[in-house]
Amino acid sequence: MKYYRSIPRTIFEIFNTILFVGVILICILPVWHVVCASFSDAAWVLSQSGLIWRIKDFTLKGYELVFQNKDIMTGYLNTFIYVVAATSIGMLFTVMAAYALSRRDAIWGNTIMFFITFTMMFNGGMIAYYIIVTKVLNMFDSRWVMILPVCLSAYNMIIVRTAMMGIPESLIESAQLDGAGHFKILFSIVLPLMKATLATVILYYVVAHWNSWFQASIFLRDRTKFPLQLILKEILVTGDVTSTINGGSNANASDYSGDLILFKQTVKYCTIVVSTLPIFIFYPFIQKYFEKGVLIGALKE
Amino acid sequence: MKVHSSKGAAQAVDPSAKKFTIPKIKRDFKRNKEIYLMALPAIIFFFLFAYMPMGGLIMAFQDFKPKLGIIGSPFVGLEHFRAFFNDPFFTRLLRNTLAISMWELLVSFPLTIIFALLLNEIRSKLFKRTVQTISYMPYFISMVVVAGMIIDFCKSKGVLTQIMATFTGSTQNILSIPEYWRPLYIGSGIWQGIGFGSIIYVAALSGINQQLYEAAVIDGAGRWKQTLYVTLPGISTTIMIMLILKIGTIMSVGYEKTILLYNPQIYETADIISSYVYRKGLLEFNYGYSSAVSFFNSVINFVLLLMANKLSKKVTDTSLF
Repeated sequence: MKYYRSIPRTIFEIFNTILFVGVILICILPVWHVVCASFSDAAWVLSQSGLIWRIKDFTLKGYELVFQNKDIMTGYLNTFIYVVAATSIGMLFTVMAAYALSRRDAIWGNTIMFFITFTMMFNGGMIAYYIIVTKVLNMFDSRWVMILPVCLSAYNMIIVRTAMMGIPESLIESAQLDGAGHFKILFSIVLPLMKATLATVILYYVVAHWNSWFQASIFLRDRTKFPLQLILKEILVTGDVTSTINGGSNANASDYSGDLILFKQTVKYCTIVVSTLPIFIFYPFIQKYFEKGVLIGALKE
Repeated sequence: MKVHSSKGAAQAVDPSAKKFTIPKIKRDFKRNKEIYLMALPAIIFFFLFAYMPMGGLIMAFQDFKPKLGIIGSPFVGLEHFRAFFNDPFFTRLLRNTLAISMWELLVSFPLTIIFALLLNEIRSKLFKRTVQTISYMPYFISMVVVAGMIIDFCKSKGVLTQIMATFTGSTQNILSIPEYWRPLYIGSGIWQGIGFGSIIYVAALSGINQQLYEAAVIDGAGRWKQTLYVTLPGISTTIMIMLILKIGTIMSVGYEKTILLYNPQIYETADIISSYVYRKGLLEFNYGYSSAVSFFNSVINFVLLLMANKLSKKVTDTSLF
């Protein structure tokens, strides 16, 4: 499509371009600062004030210290287990429920739909949730608490259901005439038709589970079960904010021994990079599906 | 099987299918057994992890003792609610919660729409994609890492402190100054969420019929008029839906960032209802009282959501339900 270009229009476009270059810089610079600092000489990083925009005296010492830290390594493994388990169980439940609720002939469909959407509008709050999960469901300090109570999101289920409702009814009916049951229809006909949506929802789940720390901080006490983010919280936040109320221990401090003071800052930057990298590696693969997936959900809303 | 399923499709259009008679329920259950079986895990999930905690709100009316449990704890009526309204921190909590929400509603919300509109004006496909890819990224960084970065940037040698120092000359840690908390909270929220938040509007924008623009051009409308009379009406439904959802969360400012970053020095502006619930309930074990505060919060949110939905239905014919 051709635009009519006047002088004000040209001026606007120049300003718009400058604005978005600024946006890109603001999004990238903080991350760039962290990455550069993580590879730089520790003493130099400590002496710097303001933005670090280049690597000085390239070193991997900080990363060595990070990979020697047992907490970070078990945290990595735990997070991996939680993400894989919660996402697989959650996706299975999500597509099953979404399919069931996209069928229009079951008379309780709307009731079940309301039962689920109501939880998005009203909830029992943090304390009641804590008491129920701890005292009634007995999940305190169990690995399951990082998997089961968080595996399903009503919002994601609705995205999948909306996409399923866009699949031609005739396709499903003809499969039924061929004698296929609903499970078979779901897994061999419906799901292969909606890869973009599935990829998007999987990304949502993976990112949410990978980044989750609060669930762990209230339900887990055994350090060998801690996910990466909770270890990160101790390193990045508790060690610094002068608050007594966050009350975490600083047990990981002993792992760095003599290098602690000098490398404390660099290690922080390295842990940020190490913990965020997997998500950024994962993201571009999904991104091509990603907007398409969100788009389908948005347009049908 | 064949006969049943084709009958099922016919029944869906039949208005009498709405009536719940015992034989109909039985027939429906037989025919759609598999459908209900598929929904069962989700039903159990929401029952256990959403409805049971809702039932757990009874605690708000009890002097809850973990040993006695929800069934055994003595009832105290509205005692906790009365105590909360008389709490010396009540006005401070309410003020801080509402202030953050209002800033989000008045700044972050429109900025996201403006971001999408301006993004839509970029004509180079490559540049547009680059902006999108990069501006979505901060959303995927975890809150703990964002908090860690904020702490680092707010130290007296940090980037933000240095920038502020050129105006104020003071290199005091930003996280210890109450006045800076709200801009910091809102600003970091925009940094993290504006790109990702704009996706839904970009999607809505791409759904606008291009012929409307051509017609507007023929009628002599410039870009500004086109934006005003074609683009904005075209995405108004999306804007309204997002606005209703936003209003429904006015009282529930995200507590994660607050809990990670605040400290007693800035409670004056940083402490919000949800962080107070966290402190009272999970750190001081005052379960009954904190669940009453939480209950109060949820109810107000729910009422606000219903009101926004009703108002929007009346004024713009757009509603969630």
